[in-house]
Amino acid sequence: MSLVQPYLKLRKDLAQRDRSLREKVVSLEEAVSFVRDGDSVGIGGSTMSRTPMGLIWALIRAKRKELSCSRCIISSDGDLLYGSCASDHIVTSWFSQGILWGVSKVMRHFVETGKARYDEWSHLAMGMRFRAGAMGVPFIPIRSMLGSGVVGQRPEAKEIDCPYTGEKLLLVPALNPDVALIHVQRCDAYGNAQIDGLQFMDIDLAMAANKVILTTERIVSNDQIRRAPDQTKIPFFAVDAVVELPFGCAPHECYGVYEPMMRHMEFYVGLVNKDPVAGMKEYLDKYVYGPKSWTGFLELIGMEEVLEASRAGVSIYDA
Amino acid sequence: MTRKGEYTAGELLAILSARQLKDGQVVFAGVGIPLLAATLAQRLQCPGLTILFEGGVIGAFIEPGKLPPSTNDQRCTTRANMVLGSAEVLLLLQRGYVDVGFMGGAQIDQYGNLNSSYIGDPKKPKTRLPGTGGGNDISSLTNMIVAMKHEKRRFVEHVDFITSPGWIKGKQTRSEAGLLAGGMYRVVTDLAVFGFDETTRRMTPLALNPGVTREQVQENTGFKLEFSHDTGVTEPPTEHELSTLRMLDPERLYIG
Repeated sequence: MSLVQPYLKLRKDLAQRDRSLREKVVSLEEAVSFVRDGDSVGIGGSTMSRTPMGLIWALIRAKRKELSCSRCIISSDGDLLYGSCASDHIVTSWFSQGILWGVSKVMRHFVETGKARYDEWSHLAMGMRFRAGAMGVPFIPIRSMLGSGVVGQRPEAKEIDCPYTGEKLLLVPALNPDVALIHVQRCDAYGNAQIDGLQFMDIDLAMAANKVILTTERIVSNDQIRRAPDQTKIPFFAVDAVVELPFGCAPHECYGVYEPMMRHMEFYVGLVNKDPVAGMKEYLDKYVYGPKSWTGFLELIGMEEVLEASRAGVSIYDA
Repeated sequence: MTRKGEYTAGELLAILSARQLKDGQVVFAGVGIPLLAATLAQRLQCPGLTILFEGGVIGAFIEPGKLPPSTNDQRCTTRANMVLGSAEVLLLLQRGYVDVGFMGGAQIDQYGNLNSSYIGDPKKPKTRLPGTGGGNDISSLTNMIVAMKHEKRRFVEHVDFITSPGWIKGKQTRSEAGLLAGGMYRVVTDLAVFGFDETTRRMTPLALNPGVTREQVQENTGFKLEFSHDTGVTEPPTEHELSTLRMLDPERLYIG
């Protein structure tokens, strides 16, 4: 597939999607059938925030492979995608579990041995790539990355002289993922999605992608959505599937609902950074392949920790 | 007045870099010491400091004991003036709304270029590091303050890879590369505070930290430093600075 999709192909793919106001609620297992091996997958949220972890967890269980994943900043979700061999290519601006834990040994193992690719772009470049995708244009000019080693590794980015001012600019190519995975606080059965707090790059990602799968803390009525339509950030016609998945970001956080489950994160990082192969296998066997359901995974994290994270996740409206 | 040994290197870093900020400025802060130091400045000499985070926050006011684990967590938004998209907050740098970018660093060179991508040859790296995040954007688009530990392996003549550009190869090379605004302004370490020569754009010591000698700084630096007769000495942390800092980070998450 070409780096930037021809405009008419983008339009044709979109025209073929059913954009009617219809119910799209499916199970987590059904939702991942929307993702095919080899797809390019855009992941919503950032770092440890609003990560669509349940969807990633289900993709790994469904044995998807050769996914090319993009996210503005990727955390332990990137580890799991590499470690399970679901993805061998990640496009992002920063890749590690979190600043508290130094460098991810899983990322290091896969990238340093050439088992997987990590394409690095600046954070703004990631944003402008999704935005160009959402705008239906092939590129956007930016003023960062110039003169750095980062741009030296990205022949996909093109330096030009501005036709108006003569100044140097960098063109970053549109990123239109085959499918976007996004977790939100609430949406209705049609997919009208409301995002509280930090929205990261999710709106551009949703509008750029050719399919959108939502997980949500709660499915609400369309009446509730219509009472506050200004809070709707992703329109229903961009959404293809909706899964109600409480604590769907665990062990990461969901704004205003729960904070990251730090004890589980500490445990996870300790395990995989000690041995990125055996530790990762142990984690995947017990926490990803082991449980019968997402609820079973939450049970393994433990009621105490889940409730503690939930108590700490204070909404700006309740504080 | 405090004495060496009464504070950690992390505390000294946070306090000295907080002093670099001025009231009324708009500062774009990275996680760790920068976030903490900007918050400290806000509680001390800069009540009117506007703090931005790449997660999409304008005018943050971090609560004591609730330091966020990244600049993309909900804790960053407490009592903020605005939350917005990550691309939108990064675009404020490009438009020119930001006075100072404030980051940590893994490896820096004589021209203030930062590397957070590779140790060793990037084609066959000894270590793949996490990468730029917003670092490249911040250093490309505004004036930068960097707070980092002073070690010889971190202060090198040439970085293995330019993740976040400083003055690139010195003189006019930054603007020639197309980076028309901003540039490296200060580097604050546990040994000294540095600026950059107006013409050559090489790193120059401005002041030594209390009890630190010129030899000690040079020994821990991988390139030649030019000390001048006006290389001064920084004021040690005050009791008030230390107690405020410790109040903000009671779990010693970032101050060590």
